[in-house]
Amino acid sequence: MIYFDNAATTKPCDEAVKAVSDALKTNWSNPSSLHGLGLKAEQAVNSAREIIAKSLDTDSECIYFTSGATESNNLAIFSTAKTIGRHKKKIVTTAIEHPSVLQPIKYLEENGFEAVYVKPDKSGEINPADIVSAVDDNTCLVTCQLVNNETGYILPISKAYKAIKRLYPKVITHCDCVQGFMKLNVSANSLNSDLISLSGHKIYGPKGVGALYVKKGVRVLPVNFGGGQEKGVRSGTEAVPNIAGFGVAVEAFSKSIDKRYEKMCELSNYLFKQTETVEGVKVNKFSESSPYIASVTVDNIKSETLLHYLEQNGIYVSSGSACSKGKKSGVLKAFGYDDRAIDSTIRLSFSYENKMSEIDEFIKQVKNAQAELVKIGQKRN
Amino acid sequence: MKEIILCKYGEIALKGLNKRTFEDVLVKNIKRRLNQLGKFHYTRSQSTIYIEPLDDNADVDKAIDKLKKVFGIAKISRSIECEKSLEGINNTAVPALEDTLLGARTFKVETKRADKTFYLKSPEISNEVGGMILDAYPHLEVDVHAPDVVVLVEIRENNAYVSAEKIDGAGGIPIGTSGRAMLLLSGGIDSPVAGYMIAKRGVVLDCIHFESPPYTSERAKLKVIKLAERMAEYTGRIKFHCVPFTKIQEEIKNNCPEELFTIIMRRLMMEIADKICERDRIQCLVTGESIGQVASQTMSAMVCTDVVANRPVFRPLIGMDKSEIIAVSRKIETFDISIEPYEDCCTVFTPKHPKTKPNIKDVEAGQAMFDFKPLVDDAVENTFCEFIEAKR
Repeated sequence: MIYFDNAATTKPCDEAVKAVSDALKTNWSNPSSLHGLGLKAEQAVNSAREIIAKSLDTDSECIYFTSGATESNNLAIFSTAKTIGRHKKKIVTTAIEHPSVLQPIKYLEENGFEAVYVKPDKSGEINPADIVSAVDDNTCLVTCQLVNNETGYILPISKAYKAIKRLYPKVITHCDCVQGFMKLNVSANSLNSDLISLSGHKIYGPKGVGALYVKKGVRVLPVNFGGGQEKGVRSGTEAVPNIAGFGVAVEAFSKSIDKRYEKMCELSNYLFKQTETVEGVKVNKFSESSPYIASVTVDNIKSETLLHYLEQNGIYVSSGSACSKGKKSGVLKAFGYDDRAIDSTIRLSFSYENKMSEIDEFIKQVKNAQAELVKIGQKRN
Repeated sequence: MKEIILCKYGEIALKGLNKRTFEDVLVKNIKRRLNQLGKFHYTRSQSTIYIEPLDDNADVDKAIDKLKKVFGIAKISRSIECEKSLEGINNTAVPALEDTLLGARTFKVETKRADKTFYLKSPEISNEVGGMILDAYPHLEVDVHAPDVVVLVEIRENNAYVSAEKIDGAGGIPIGTSGRAMLLLSGGIDSPVAGYMIAKRGVVLDCIHFESPPYTSERAKLKVIKLAERMAEYTGRIKFHCVPFTKIQEEIKNNCPEELFTIIMRRLMMEIADKICERDRIQCLVTGESIGQVASQTMSAMVCTDVVANRPVFRPLIGMDKSEIIAVSRKIETFDISIEPYEDCCTVFTPKHPKTKPNIKDVEAGQAMFDFKPLVDDAVENTFCEFIEAKR
C-alpha cells in the first residue's frame, strides 16, 4: 500500500496507540473526580497539555483541549464574535480556508456580520498587504490558515498579523495551524496569533482530539455549556485517552521537525523533477509551500477517476480536500485554476514513512492511467 | 546587528562600600537564570550590567522574560550596539528600530552621554539622531512632551547603545543579600504574595505547608507546590516543608473550646514553624496576614499567635486591602492557581463564631486542655522536605 493522503489523516504512531490503549485500560477515571484515580487522569491530561505547550514554546495554561480542529476553529470564531464582535462586526479571512472556518463565518454573515474574503492575486498567492488593508477599526477577527490544505501553499500570516497587531492591537488574530503544526517550525510568538487551532490526527495522534491555544489576556467564551471543564471554556469530560495519545505523538515528533522537513523536501522535489518530463502532468508550485502537500494536475483525466484507478493499484491519494468529498473545490477556483484543471487535480500528501520508490510507482501508474483512461476523459469533455 | 541587554540596578547603585557584594550576588543570580538559554557574556560598568549573547541561538526574548523576574534590576533595555559615532548610529541603529518606529506617530530622542569626552553634547546628539530618524521614517513627527516612542541614545566608554523601549524590571534587591525566611504557605491568595514581597527585599525563602489528609486532598498539596513553583520564578529554588497536621487538628477539635479553634491552630502552626526555623537556622517567619481581614487576623489574634514564636514574624501585607493583594497575585500569576477550589488546612474545622478579640490568658487556658507537645514534636520530626524549582 502506498499512502499519499496524510493531509486527510495520518496513521497513528505506535507511541500514540500505546498511550491511548494504556489510558483506556488503566487510566479511565474522570479527571474531575476528587479521588486519587481522578487525580491520575487529570495529571495525564496536564502532562499532555505541557508537552503541547512546549512544542509551541508557550505556557501550559494557554492550551485548551477540544474534540478536534473543527471545534477549535468554531470556538475561536464564535467566541470572538461574542466578545469583541458585539461592537465590531467585520471578519477578515481568505477565500482558501477550510470549511470549518468558512462555514462558521457564513453563519455569522447571516447574523449581521460582514466578512471579507481575501483572494490570491494573479500570481496565485496571497499578498500580506491585502490582508492588512482589509482590516479596519470595525474588525473583530482575522482568521487565516498557515498552510493551505489542498495545495500546501504557505500563507504569509506571520508578516500580516504582525502589521495588523501594530495597527489594530485589539483585533483578534486566529491561525488554523492544522497542516503546519509539527511539520513546520512554528511557535505561538512567531505566528503573532492570539488563537491557534491544532489537531491530533494530522500528526500521527488519535482522532477526536485537538487543541486551541489562547494567548494570555485574550478572553474566550464557551460555545457549549456544562460542567466547566477546561476552565469553563470547553465543558464535557476530557477525552483522556485521546489527549494522552495526542501528547505522546507531539512528544515523539517535536524533535524531528527539521529532519522530516528535509526529507519531505527531497520527496517533493523528486516528484517535481520526475514529472517534468511527463506530458500532461504538472505539479503546481508556489514560492512558499509546504513540502508535505503536492497538488498535481493530470490533464484530461477526472481526478476522481484517477483516484480510483490509482486505488486499484494500491496508491491512495485524494481529489482536493478529503472534507469536500468530491464537491468541486472552491479553494482551487480561488487560486485561479480553470474548471478543467480543478476537475483533474489530485492532492498528494506525504508523511515520514513515504519513500522515493513510491513516487516512482505513482508516476508509473499515472502514465498507465494516461494510456488507458485519456479517452474517457475526452469523451466527457 | 548586535543586540545587547542592559540591566540597570535600582537601589544597589546607592549602596556605599557594600555595593560590590550586592553586584556580585545580582550577577550570580542573573547567570543562574539565563544559563539554559544560551551563552552570554556579562560585564558591568556604571551601575549597569551588560549582557551580550555570544551565540546566535541565545534567545534574547526569553532572556528578557527571565530578567523581568530577577530582583535587583530596575530597568531593562534591549539595545542595539553601534560604533560610537553619528555615522555608526545612522547605519546600524536607525534601520534596526524599524519595528518600533513604524507603529508610532510621534517620537523624541533622549541622550545620555556617560563618556564626557565624546565630541558632541547630549542635546546636540539628540538633535542629530532625531534628524536621522526623521529622514529615514518621514511619517514620524517629533513630540517632546508626550511621544509614542522615546529613543534613548547612550554614549558609553566603548560603544554607543540605542534602544527604543525601557522595560520595567522587578525592582528590589538581589535574593541572597538579606538572610533567610520561612513563609507559612496555605494555598490561598495572600501567602504567595507575602512570599514574593519579602523575597523582593533580597530574602531567601523557605515555605512551610500544613496538610491534613483525609480532610485535605492530594490536589490541595499539589496546588501549593504549583504556587511555590510560580514564586520560585522570582525567588529561585525554594525549600518546601510539608507538615503532617491531621492529628493535631483532630485533637484541637476534640479538646479545645470551639470559638478558639482557629487561634489555637495558628499558634500550633507557628510553634512548629518556629521549631523548624530553629533547627534549620532560619531567621524569621513570614505570613500573609493583613489586619482585620478575617477573625484570626485581628490585632488581638495576632498578638496571641506572635507570643509562641521566638523570632520576628513579618507580615508584608499587613496594611494592604484584598484588592491590592489580588492585583499583585495576578501580576505574579499565582491568582488563577490560588482560586482552585480545594479544602485547605485552615478551612477544615472552622468554628461557627470564632472569637475576634481573644485574650491571651483564655487562649493559653484553652490550649492547655490538651498536651500538644508530643504531637508538635512528632509533626516536626515527620515533616517532609523537598526542593522546588521554577518550571518555566
